[in-house]
Amino acid sequence: MSNNIVSLTSITRPQPAGTGGGCASKACGSSEGPGDMPAHIWDKVKDHPCYSEEAHHYFARMHVAVAPACNIQCNYCNRKYDCANESRPGVTSEKLTPEQAARKVLAVAAKVPQLSVLGIAGPGDSMYDWRKTFETFRAVEKSLPDLKFCVSTNGLALPDHIDALADHNIDHVTITINMIDPKIGALIYPWIYFNGRRHTGIEAATILHERQMEGLERLTAKGILVKVNSVMIPGINDQHLLEVNTAIKARGAFLHNVMPLISDAAHGTHFGLTGQRGPKASELKDLQDKLAGGANLMRHCRQCRADAIGMLGEDLSQDFTLDKLPEAPAYDPEPRRLYREVVERERADRTKAVAIASAELALTEAPSRLVAVCTKGGGRINQHFGHAKEFQVFEVDAQGVRFSGHRKADNYCVGGYGDDEKMDGVLAALEGIDTVFVAKIGRCPKDDLKKAGIEAIDLYPFDYIETAVAAWYAERFGVQAETA
Amino acid sequence: MALKIVAEECTSCGACEFECPNAAISIKNDVYAIKASGCTECDGDAPKCQAVCPVEGCIIQG
Repeated sequence: MSNNIVSLTSITRPQPAGTGGGCASKACGSSEGPGDMPAHIWDKVKDHPCYSEEAHHYFARMHVAVAPACNIQCNYCNRKYDCANESRPGVTSEKLTPEQAARKVLAVAAKVPQLSVLGIAGPGDSMYDWRKTFETFRAVEKSLPDLKFCVSTNGLALPDHIDALADHNIDHVTITINMIDPKIGALIYPWIYFNGRRHTGIEAATILHERQMEGLERLTAKGILVKVNSVMIPGINDQHLLEVNTAIKARGAFLHNVMPLISDAAHGTHFGLTGQRGPKASELKDLQDKLAGGANLMRHCRQCRADAIGMLGEDLSQDFTLDKLPEAPAYDPEPRRLYREVVERERADRTKAVAIASAELALTEAPSRLVAVCTKGGGRINQHFGHAKEFQVFEVDAQGVRFSGHRKADNYCVGGYGDDEKMDGVLAALEGIDTVFVAKIGRCPKDDLKKAGIEAIDLYPFDYIETAVAAWYAERFGVQAETA
Repeated sequence: MALKIVAEECTSCGACEFECPNAAISIKNDVYAIKASGCTECDGDAPKCQAVCPVEGCIIQG
């Protein structure tokens, strides 16, 4: 296993161009760097890959599937079927008891030094199935006191457990809020189970809405950071999410994460079977751009499984199934401590490099461009084109280089040979993008990309993404790139 | 007078186990089962296990 775990060496190569020097005041805080938020909040998010775009280049999360029971039915969810190759919320391969989960967390912590967060995201609802959720936290606290915990919930049972969450020192809670108007809610939730019976229609959506808002307000009052997830369902709540954004921001939500509906008849969901489509990448980006002025917007969500393990773009869950876990995993805290040290150093260095890159860009006057990057973490261009499971997309213009999203793609190159059929999928994933930054690329795929009008750039292997993209953009669009 | 769980439909989520007012539901061979002697079908109210079960047709008349 583990050839897709980011090795320390891949992010600690010799310094790329553009390091050192001071930092221009405007450019110093990257979109989610320490400069943009109070110190006590930065402290809470800096190691959490889901709450900080910056952290997701360095840290890994794991979910344990200990909470299968759920109290609402969503039209986009079907937990009955599992497939190891599917990655979407609610899907998991094996459910765990809290003791098994604690053993699994220890085994992962021993092998993945990037691990910083343990989340419980189902596969049902963590707060409805609260006994197992808290039992798991209690068991893990004993062996890994420095691991951060977080939960995600639909919010219906949340108000009953606010104090317990605070007692467990949980800094992060995610609530899925798809509507603030029960008429829209009735189109998304066929029923909820509350106070001992099933409720349907507008009544159900009204109860859910009130409970979600109560939970959100009480969590933020306690200083717990709340991320709101919203599923964008074209024709149902896509425009409505602007109002949701305003409402949750007014109640103190820290981050808003708009995710595309995943809809496929084969998943057996109501929306899948009725042919409700998900949004296109461009529609999602349009909406996210409109929302960017509201609560902080999350664009790096990978909609991971209820048992996902690893950096956000990867999933190692198949390497840590129950039958592969040792009885008593040997855990040495040293590699995780060491990794944190390396990250501290890398971060400071990267912040400086980004500042210099941004200063270069301020001199350009060209329309903004989207570029794709192959990376396996550390904020560097450090992945071979053929090994990419996803492309990270960045937008660049005179204001700087900003993370814009990601596009899923299949490994094109398996066992040393490229696969022509997969190239079609790669080209589809790159819709609207004509530049790809790679650490390395073979001649054939480079030519294939060229035929499709996409330029592969391999001149900046292991450089920071922002530095490389800025240097390329400044050079390409009329201003002499400064090389530091 | 008792309900039963159709084993092939059960996803073992366990939601019904918490909700049963008679503690008549427990896990057996990886799926949940209702102990017929304990089930009262909630004495005329809508059965709680049926109301919470996410799978249509999983909990039926025994």
